[in-house]
Amino acid sequence: MKAYRTYFLNKFLWFSITLVCAFILNFTLPRLMPGDPVTNIVSRLAQGMSNTSGIQAIYEQYAELFGTNKPMLEQFFLYVRNVFRGDFGFSFSQYPRTVADVLAASIWWTIGLQFPAIIVGWLIGNTLGALAAYRKGGLDRVLMPVSIFISNLPAFGMAVILMVIFGVTLEWLPTSGGYGFDLIPNFSWNFIGSVIVHYQLPFWSIVLITVGGQAIGMRSMAIYELNADYVKYARFMGIKDRKIVGYVFRNAMLPQITGLALSIGTMVGGALVAEIIFSYPGLGSTILTAVLGGDYPLISATTLIITLMVLSANFLIEMVYGILDPRIKAAQAD
Amino acid sequence: MKHTLQQVFHSPRFVFGFSIFAAILLIVLVYPLIVTDHPLAIIGQGTFFEPGIYVSVYDSIGSAPYTLNLDDAAANRIGSKLNEEDRLSIKEWLVAAGISAGEIDTADTQKLLDQWVNNYDPKQNLPGMTNAKRNYFIRLNNSLKGLLETEGASIAVKNPETGALEETGVVKQSDYVNVSQVPNVRVLPLGTDNFGRDVLTELVAATAVSLRIGFIAGITATLIGLTLGLLAGYVGGMVDDVIMFVTNLFTVIPTFVLLILISFSIGQEQRGAFTIAVVIGFTSWVWTARAVRAQVISLRNRDHVNLSKLSGHSLVHIITNDILPYIASYVIMALILQISSGILSEAGLSILGLGPRTTDVPTLGLMMNWAMIYQAQILGKWWAYFPVIVVIALIAFSLNLMNTGLDQVFNPALRD
Repeated sequence: MKAYRTYFLNKFLWFSITLVCAFILNFTLPRLMPGDPVTNIVSRLAQGMSNTSGIQAIYEQYAELFGTNKPMLEQFFLYVRNVFRGDFGFSFSQYPRTVADVLAASIWWTIGLQFPAIIVGWLIGNTLGALAAYRKGGLDRVLMPVSIFISNLPAFGMAVILMVIFGVTLEWLPTSGGYGFDLIPNFSWNFIGSVIVHYQLPFWSIVLITVGGQAIGMRSMAIYELNADYVKYARFMGIKDRKIVGYVFRNAMLPQITGLALSIGTMVGGALVAEIIFSYPGLGSTILTAVLGGDYPLISATTLIITLMVLSANFLIEMVYGILDPRIKAAQAD
Repeated sequence: MKHTLQQVFHSPRFVFGFSIFAAILLIVLVYPLIVTDHPLAIIGQGTFFEPGIYVSVYDSIGSAPYTLNLDDAAANRIGSKLNEEDRLSIKEWLVAAGISAGEIDTADTQKLLDQWVNNYDPKQNLPGMTNAKRNYFIRLNNSLKGLLETEGASIAVKNPETGALEETGVVKQSDYVNVSQVPNVRVLPLGTDNFGRDVLTELVAATAVSLRIGFIAGITATLIGLTLGLLAGYVGGMVDDVIMFVTNLFTVIPTFVLLILISFSIGQEQRGAFTIAVVIGFTSWVWTARAVRAQVISLRNRDHVNLSKLSGHSLVHIITNDILPYIASYVIMALILQISSGILSEAGLSILGLGPRTTDVPTLGLMMNWAMIYQAQILGKWWAYFPVIVVIALIAFSLNLMNTGLDQVFNPALRD
C-alpha cells in the first residue's frame, strides 16, 4: 500500500506543478506579445467605432480588468485571486453574461460528449487492434488499411463526412446544435430525446477518429508482445493459448493506457474542432464565438478550463495505470 | 548512404507513400505554370458555381452555327426544363381529372406531355384546388407550350437612336456551335467557392502554402527538439533535469491550447502563414526532444563515443560525427510526422478563425473555414469542402505511409 501511496503522491505533485505552470503560461503568453494587450484589443474592438468616448470607456474597462497599470507581479496575484473566486469578469462578446456563466452553460456539453466518446473509441479500437493481431488473416487485411486511412483523416473531415452522409443526404439525424432549436432546456422526455438524437453524429465522429489510431497502436503492440520470449516459453510449458492471450493483452494494454494519457490533449483539441462543425453548444463553439468576437476574457478562461480538464484526465489515467501495472508496486518496493 | 536509400526504396509502403506525396508536389509545382491566374482572383459573381465547362453565351450566339438534326434534341430540352416537382404536379392534376394513376409514368416525358396536352383544360376547376394552385397550373401549361414550340429564338439589338428592338438574327433549335470555336470558354473542374474564386486554382495554391507551413513547422520543431534532446541526453546533469522538466510540462499541457493563446495574442493582422508555421513548430517539439534524449543516453557510453572523447575531439565534433548519424533515421521519421501534424494544426486553427490572415494566401484550413462559414456542407456544395478534406487526408496518409515504411527498414523488430 505504501508503494501506491508514494506513486500517487508523486503523480499528484506533478499534476500540481503542471497546473501551476499552465496557469502561469495562460497568464503570461498574451502579455508577452509586443505592445500593450489592452491597446491591441481595443484597437481591434474599436474598428469602425467613431465614438471616442466609447473607445475611451472600453479602454478603461480593459485596463481595469487586466490591471495593466499595476506591476506584473501584482497583476498576477490579482488574476489568481479572481480565478479562485471563479470570477473571470464579463464576456465582451456576450455582455452582460459573465464568463463564468458562459462556461457553466457549455462545459457540461463538452464533458458529456468527449469523455464517453474517447473512452468508447479507445475500448473499441483496442479490441479491434488486439483481434487483428491475434486472428490475422481477413480481419487484419481489411481492418488495418481502413484504420490507417481513418486515423489520417482530420477530426473535422470525419465530422463533415458523417454530417453530409447521415445528416444532409439521408436526413436521419440533425446536422447542428445540441438540441432542437425550438426547445428550451428542461427535463421533459421531448427535450432528452432531442438531445440524444443530436448527440449521435458528434459522438460517432469522435469515436471513429479515436478507433483508427488506437487500433493501429494496439495491433503493433500486440504483435510485438505475441513474439516476445515469454510467450514462446509459456507455449513450451504447455500453458493454454487462452491464458497466454490474456497475459499478452494485459501487457500490450499498458503502453496503450500511457498512450491515451499522452494523447488526450491532442484528442480533445480535435474533438473541439469537430464540435464547431456540428455547432455543438460546448467549449469548441465557445472558443469560436470568443475568437470571432475578440473576446479576450472568454478565450483566456476557456483555455484555462480545457487545460484543467486535460490535466485532470491525464492524472486520472495515471492513477488507473498505477493500479493496473504490477511493476509499479515492484519498483517502489525495491 | 546509397545502400540505405536502396533499402528504403525497396519498402513497398514507403514507395507507395512517396509516390502519392511526389505526385501532389508535382501538381503543386506544375499547375501554376499552366494556369497563371491569381489564386485569390474573384471571377464569379455569386457563390458556389457548380463544377463544369462554362461557355460564353454572348460569344456562342456570335459564332457560326452548324445545323445538326438530332432526334432526341427536343425531348432532352423538355426533359431538362421539366423538373421532378412539375412532373409530380402534372400527375396530381391528371389523376384528379380522372386518369388512373397506373397509366401515368412521370419518367416518360413524351407520354406525360401527350397526356397533359390532351387532358388539360384551364377552365376546369378541380375539387379542393386553391386559387394559387390553379394559377400555378396555368403558368405550367404556358411554359410547356413554350417548350413545345419549334420556332427559333430571335436575337434583337437595340437601335441606339429610337430605342426600338431590331431583329438581327434567329437561333434555330437545330443550331449548334463548336465549343472549340467559341473564344471564351472557362473550365471550372471544381466550380467556384463562396467568393466566386476558382476552387481548383485556389486548392493548388492552398496545398502549396499548407505544405510550406508543414515544412517550416516540422523543421522548426525538429531543430528545437533535436537541440534540446542532444543537450539533455549528452550533457546530462543539471541541464538534463531542467530540459526534462520543461519537456514533461509541455507534454501534458495541451498544444492546442497554447496555439490558441499565442495565435490570438498575435492578432489577425500580424498572422502570416510563416508566423503561424513557426508558432506551430514552437509548440510541437516535445516528442522529438524526448525520443532524441532517450536514444542519446543509450549512445553516450558506447565505445566509439568514448574513444572519440579520449582522442580529444570537441563536443560539436562528437555530436555531429559519433551521435547524429545514429539518430538521423529517427529524426527524419519524426520530421515527416511533424510535417503532417503541422498541416493538420494549421487547418484546426483556421477553422477556429485563428489561421493566417485571409488576404494574402489561401491555405487548406482557410478554405475549409470559409466553406464551413458559408455552410457548403448543408447546401450540398461538395466541391467547396470535399476536395480540401481529400487533399489533407492524402498528404497525411502519404507521409504516414512513408514513416511506417522507414520504420520497417530501420527497425527490424517491426518487420512482419
